[in-house]
Amino acid sequence: MADAAIELVGIDKSFGMVHANRNISLKIPAGTIHGIVGENGAGKSTLMSILYGFYQADRGEILVGGKRADIQTPSDAIARGIGMVHQHFMLVHNFTVLENVILGAEGEPLLKTSISKARAELQRLERDYGLEVDPDAVVEDLPVGLQQRVEILKALYRGADILILDEPTGVLTPAEADHLFRILRQLKEEGKTVVLITHKLREIMAVTDNVSVMRQGTVVATRKTGETTVEELAELMVGRRVLLRVEKGPARPGEVLLSVRNLTVRDARGVTMVDNVSFDVRAGEIVGIAGVAGNGQSELLETITGIRKAVSGTVTLAGRPVDLTGAADPAELRARGMAHVPEDRHHMGLVLAFEESENSILGYHRQERYRNGPLLDVDAIRSDAREKIEKYDIRPADCRLRTANFSGGNQQKIVLAREMEQDPKVLIVGQPTRGVDVGAIEFIHKRLIEMRDRGKAVLLVSVELDEIRALSDRILVMFAGRIVGEREAQASEGELGLLMAGVEQKEAAE
Amino acid sequence: MSAPYAKLPAWADYGLIPLINLTVAFIVAGLVVLLIGENPLRAAVILIDGAVGRGQSIAYTLYYATSFIFTGLAVAVAFHCGLFNIGGEGQAYIGGLGVALVCLTFDSILPWWLTFPIAIAGAALFGAAWAFIPAYLQARRGSHIVITTIMFNFIAASLMVYLLVNVLKPAGSQAPQTRTFLEGGQLPKLNWLLEALGLSVRSSPFNLSFLLALLAAFLVWLLIWRTRLGYEIRTRGHSAKAARYAGVSETRIIVITMLVSGALAGMMALNPVMGDQNRLAIDFVSGAGFVGIAVALMGRSHPAGIVPAAILFGILYQGGAELAFEMPGISRDMIVIIQGLVILFAGALEHMFRPGIQGLFASLSPRSIAVEAKQGERA
Repeated sequence: MADAAIELVGIDKSFGMVHANRNISLKIPAGTIHGIVGENGAGKSTLMSILYGFYQADRGEILVGGKRADIQTPSDAIARGIGMVHQHFMLVHNFTVLENVILGAEGEPLLKTSISKARAELQRLERDYGLEVDPDAVVEDLPVGLQQRVEILKALYRGADILILDEPTGVLTPAEADHLFRILRQLKEEGKTVVLITHKLREIMAVTDNVSVMRQGTVVATRKTGETTVEELAELMVGRRVLLRVEKGPARPGEVLLSVRNLTVRDARGVTMVDNVSFDVRAGEIVGIAGVAGNGQSELLETITGIRKAVSGTVTLAGRPVDLTGAADPAELRARGMAHVPEDRHHMGLVLAFEESENSILGYHRQERYRNGPLLDVDAIRSDAREKIEKYDIRPADCRLRTANFSGGNQQKIVLAREMEQDPKVLIVGQPTRGVDVGAIEFIHKRLIEMRDRGKAVLLVSVELDEIRALSDRILVMFAGRIVGEREAQASEGELGLLMAGVEQKEAAE
Repeated sequence: MSAPYAKLPAWADYGLIPLINLTVAFIVAGLVVLLIGENPLRAAVILIDGAVGRGQSIAYTLYYATSFIFTGLAVAVAFHCGLFNIGGEGQAYIGGLGVALVCLTFDSILPWWLTFPIAIAGAALFGAAWAFIPAYLQARRGSHIVITTIMFNFIAASLMVYLLVNVLKPAGSQAPQTRTFLEGGQLPKLNWLLEALGLSVRSSPFNLSFLLALLAAFLVWLLIWRTRLGYEIRTRGHSAKAARYAGVSETRIIVITMLVSGALAGMMALNPVMGDQNRLAIDFVSGAGFVGIAVALMGRSHPAGIVPAAILFGILYQGGAELAFEMPGISRDMIVIIQGLVILFAGALEHMFRPGIQGLFASLSPRSIAVEAKQGERA
């Protein structure tokens, strides 16, 4: 095999007492695609941040192309030919593609000459790697997949030979992801080295040459992708055998508990985000809404739960209408039996600065049982929180701990415990396992199935197609604010993928 | 991966860090004193002695502190809701109008202990009313509360000048102030309290409203940490989205918080107007509303921090006055500079030394932090 493009020797990094990386040694051969998998908190991002100069390692050294590299800042990394494509794009929205590409690498005080130079260089890159994108398009007008290409172009324009991609497919449709993989293979053929950080094992299998698995700050194994299996990788990641499939019996749908008719929602700018959407959710079934992020799912959830106002449409909750265009209020909906696990756990579902026990009553804090005269009954709240901690195995089992100090999976359990223990009729769930580790995903999925089997109506929105397919009894696909199709749970990934990309809709229009 | 949180023990968080900030502020202030050719050590001795050296000076220090407790609490309550109430100055000024109207009406009819509760209500009501307009504009119109409350300070100042000169001034008087309240409008002094401790106080403005301020501090603690309203205020303060999710009306919570904040600021007026001067005079607030911002910052918006922070600023005020008197080289403006440095280090640069101290704690006593982080990591 070729020489190592990057070699990490004994990298060690602690934040306070958290040992994020322990004595990590890793060789990434030049001209290959190298996958790094691991649960959240396994130390993948820390390791890559050290490589890209965001953090400095406490011990250990980095060799780039066989030479010791002292990488103190991202510009040191760029100078050594390392480029990074972040999970959340770092683009200026109202700049053109070209302007974004040269940003920070203008070279001269006057833009005119550098722009024309950049244009020529960009054309060469596009030709060589199949990265077509209009250099004069304004970034905010581009779909997410193309914005990602701009990020890749930015890195290549700065002379990157080694490209690090952090969770690149989170925002892509399956088709867009496939296209990205083709680009990555192209880059490999041109001699570039690609490091792909992900938690999706399927992608690792599809595109990488080698894969390293991280767990609790160490690299537990490095395998040739051809010689390993998804099951082995999952086991290595978690440290025990994992059920990748959720076991569930057939659904026994009952009466309609949530009925949405002709719902239309506009955002603050007047853009229609949810367009004439109708569907029903029955007792004892899970209805999944699939779709690429940003196609109106968030707005749909927020409207049904009373957080956002609708322009028109009706919603019926357990047989009684809800006025979503006017005075609907999350507190009232909660009182009527609607529980909501929001997509944005950090800013909406929880107040991270609160104690765990304080979060365990968020939204239910007006209930009589938490009241003691004019004051809150702190003892009742805490004993209630302790019960939930035990029942949902929330760790650490400390109801006075700041919520920010819990891991993502445990934070999500705090939200789930709060919402499920209210014994609601309808449960609205957004991205239940985003940023949650594999062990907790299993737990959360089981609980959602349990809710279904207890006769609750569950509406599930997720951008993880695997999750939708594993849990749902019926699947609705959302594209550009509309429901473009309904499929049985057995529908193939390819079929759903086409719907998510809006393909069928376009054909129907023609 | 999210950055790990190193949690400091409470005594370090609320004691050590403010102390370090304060020390640095004094060192820099000392350098300034040195620069103008005075001895910083002698200046420090004069300042401290002037503020706490004798019973008399302690009484003055506590008198100033009383005002700062009220305005500090006012700012803190708004902080907890994510609102920056810079209008304490104006709210206190208008609160003074409430106090004066009550005292002028009842001082000849009622004894002071009956006038007092009415005056408290008057101060709170007028202060709250002055805060209501910016609150409403923020909640319903999105006008930024920082801008509107600043503007309302100016409007309050102009309004009070107009009222004092044209309406409230007794006929024939030259000074723009009300008549002096009769005994029914005067709060008893608390000098006996210090004398009971063996200190001698000749005469001082230290009065009953100090105890009211301590009571207010306790009630604010109760409100913020032990009531549903306080819970909703804090939720809105940390995350407007979470508040909306929890069914807390944005308009309602902003308006209520600002009413409470304005009422507390207004109650500050009781101290100088009813407790000391016994009349409503022009500019009686003299910056206490702004000092409240620094007090709230330094006290970390917690009543248990605000009371000592207010006393500290009382020391700076009282000791500073002595210092300006004793050292001709140091003018009143120098004192303002020292106060400014304290505000700078204790408030604005509060986070400057925090990471270092957290790192130090992590390596010295890793137990608490380590256990927390490890457990959070698992599962």
